[in-house]
Amino acid sequence: MSRAGWILLALAFAGLPWIAGEYYINLASQIFIAAIFAASLNLLVGYGGLPSLGHASWLGLAAYISAWMSLKLGLGHWITAPAALLGTTLVACAFGWISLRATGLGFLMITLALSQVLWGTAYRWVSVTDGDNGLRGLTRPMPFGISLDGATSFYYFALAVTVAGIALMAAFVASPFGAALRGTRDQPRRLGALGHAVWTVRWITFVYSGFWAAVSGLLFVYYNKYIHPASLSITSSAEALLGVIAGGSGTLAGPIVGAAIIVLLKNYVSGFIERWNMLMGFVFVLIVMFVPEGVVPGVRRLLRRIGERRKAV
Amino acid sequence: MQYWIIQSLNSLALGGLLFLLAAGFSLIFGLMRIANLTHGSLYMLGAYVGVTVLKFVPNLWLAALIGGAVIAVFGGLIERFILRALAGNALGQVLVTLGISFIVADFCLVVWGGDPIPIQTPLALQQPLRIGGVAFPTYRLVVVAIAVATAVALYLLMERTRIGAMIRAGVDDMQMARAVGIPVSRLFTMVFCLGAALAGAGGIVGGPIMSAYPGLDADMLPLALIVVILGGVGSLLGAFVGSFLIGAIYTFGTALLPDLAYVILFLPMIVVIAFRPRGLFGQKNV
Repeated sequence: MSRAGWILLALAFAGLPWIAGEYYINLASQIFIAAIFAASLNLLVGYGGLPSLGHASWLGLAAYISAWMSLKLGLGHWITAPAALLGTTLVACAFGWISLRATGLGFLMITLALSQVLWGTAYRWVSVTDGDNGLRGLTRPMPFGISLDGATSFYYFALAVTVAGIALMAAFVASPFGAALRGTRDQPRRLGALGHAVWTVRWITFVYSGFWAAVSGLLFVYYNKYIHPASLSITSSAEALLGVIAGGSGTLAGPIVGAAIIVLLKNYVSGFIERWNMLMGFVFVLIVMFVPEGVVPGVRRLLRRIGERRKAV
Repeated sequence: MQYWIIQSLNSLALGGLLFLLAAGFSLIFGLMRIANLTHGSLYMLGAYVGVTVLKFVPNLWLAALIGGAVIAVFGGLIERFILRALAGNALGQVLVTLGISFIVADFCLVVWGGDPIPIQTPLALQQPLRIGGVAFPTYRLVVVAIAVATAVALYLLMERTRIGAMIRAGVDDMQMARAVGIPVSRLFTMVFCLGAALAGAGGIVGGPIMSAYPGLDADMLPLALIVVILGGVGSLLGAFVGSFLIGAIYTFGTALLPDLAYVILFLPMIVVIAFRPRGLFGQKNV
C-alpha cells in the first residue's frame, strides 16, 4: 500500500468514533481484539507452517489469570496484567516444548489436545474458575487515570494496542529471524544443514505468538468484563484459525481482514439466527475447498490480473 | 470395596468405548494421514441416530448395527466427495473435518434439542451381576466384552486377511503399496467407513452409560486424540492399550481429584511425547 493509503487508513481509524454510533465502535473494538489474536496465530500457521488448533489457550489463559487475580486476590490491574502475560507466556514455553516434538498434523493434534485439557480444567476446577458460570464482575483498567468504560475510550485503547501489536509482529516477520522462520516452514532440512536451529526458531515463534495471543486475551477480558470456559474451547481456536485461513495465511493483512470478516459475520448472523456454529462450519468447508489461499491473496491476484489486462489494452 | 469395583468397571467400560472410537481414528490417520476431527461428531451423531432408531426398533444391538451403518455411509460420503477433493492437502483436510464437526454438532442441536437424551439399558442387562456378594453392573461388563471382541475382530481383519495386509502395506509405505497394485483409493473409503461405523456404533453402545447430549463430541474427541498420541498412530495394539489406560486415568482421576481430572489426563501424554514421540506402539512419529 502507498503512503497516502496508510495515512487515509490511519485517519479512518482515528476518526471512526466521530462518525459511527456506539454499536459500531464496540464492533470495531471486537475486530481489533480478534485481529491481534488471528495475527498472532498467523505467525505460527502462516509464517511457521505450524497449524495450531489450540490457540484459544493463550487468550483464555491470560483472561482467566487476570480475572482470577483481580477477583480472588483483589489485586489491581497494574499487577494482574503483567502477571497474566508472564504466566501465559511461561505456559506457552512449556506447551511449545511439548507440541513441537511434532510438526504438521501431529503438532495440530497435540495443540488441540493440550488446549482441550485447559478447557476441561476451566469447566471442572470450579473453586478457581467458577466453572460454567464463568468469572464475572470484572473491571477495565484505568491507564494514566483515564477510564476505559466508555466505548470510545476503549476503542482508542484497543486501537493503540492493536497497532503496536501488529507493528511488532510485522517487525518480527520482517527481521532476519522472520526470514529464518519462513525458511523452517519451506525447507526445514536445508535450514538445519545451514546451521540454523530449526527447533529453537519454531519454539521462540510459538512463545512469541502465545504472548500476543495473551495480549488479545487481556483486551478480550477487559472488553467483556467476563470470561467463560467457552473462550478456551475448540470453537474459539477454530474461529481464529478460520480468520487466518479465510483472510490469507502468511500475509500481514490477511488475518486482520479474516478476523474482521468473522466478527462481522458472527455479529450480523447472531442478530437473527442462532446457527452461528453451523454457518462457521459451512464457511470453513467452502473456504478450504474454493478459496484455499484466502481472501487477501485472492483479491490481490484478481487486482493484478485486472491491472495486466489494462496494460495489455 | 464396592465403590472401587464400580469405578474399575466404569474405567474399563470407558476404555472400551474409547477403543471403538480411537481404533478407527488411528487407522484413518495411519493409512490416510488425515486427522479426522469429525470422529467425535460421528460418535455423537451415532448416539443420536441410535435414539431415533430405538423409537422404531426397541433393540439396542440392532440399533447399534443400523446406526453404525448410517454413520458409515455418512463417513463414506465425506471421504468420497470432500476429503477426496482435497487429496494431498493435509491441512485443508483437517480444516474441512473441523468444519463438518461444527455442522454436525449444530445439526444435532437442531434436530434432537439441547437436553441430554438417555438411552435405555437393555432390560436383560439391567440387573447387576452378583458374584461372591459383590454386585457388578452387567451392562458395563458387556461393553468391555464388545470392545474386546471388536479388538479381536479388527486384529484378525488386519493380520489374517488380504484386505488387512493391504491396509498394513498402505500404512507402512503408501507409494510402494500403490506401485504393487494395491487399490489404495478403495481402501481409503473402506477404512474411513469402517472407522466411522465403529465410532457411530460406539456412540449407541455407550448410550446407556453416557446418554446422548450436545457436547458429547467435544468430550470424546480429545480423549481419542490423547489415546492415539499415547498409543501410537496406526497401531491397533496402541489404540487398545491407550484406550484402557486413558479410561482408567480419566475415571480414577475424576473420582479422586474431580477438579483436575483433565490435567492428570495429559501427564501420561507429556511423558510419552517427551520420551517416545511415536507413541507406545507406533512405528512412525506423529
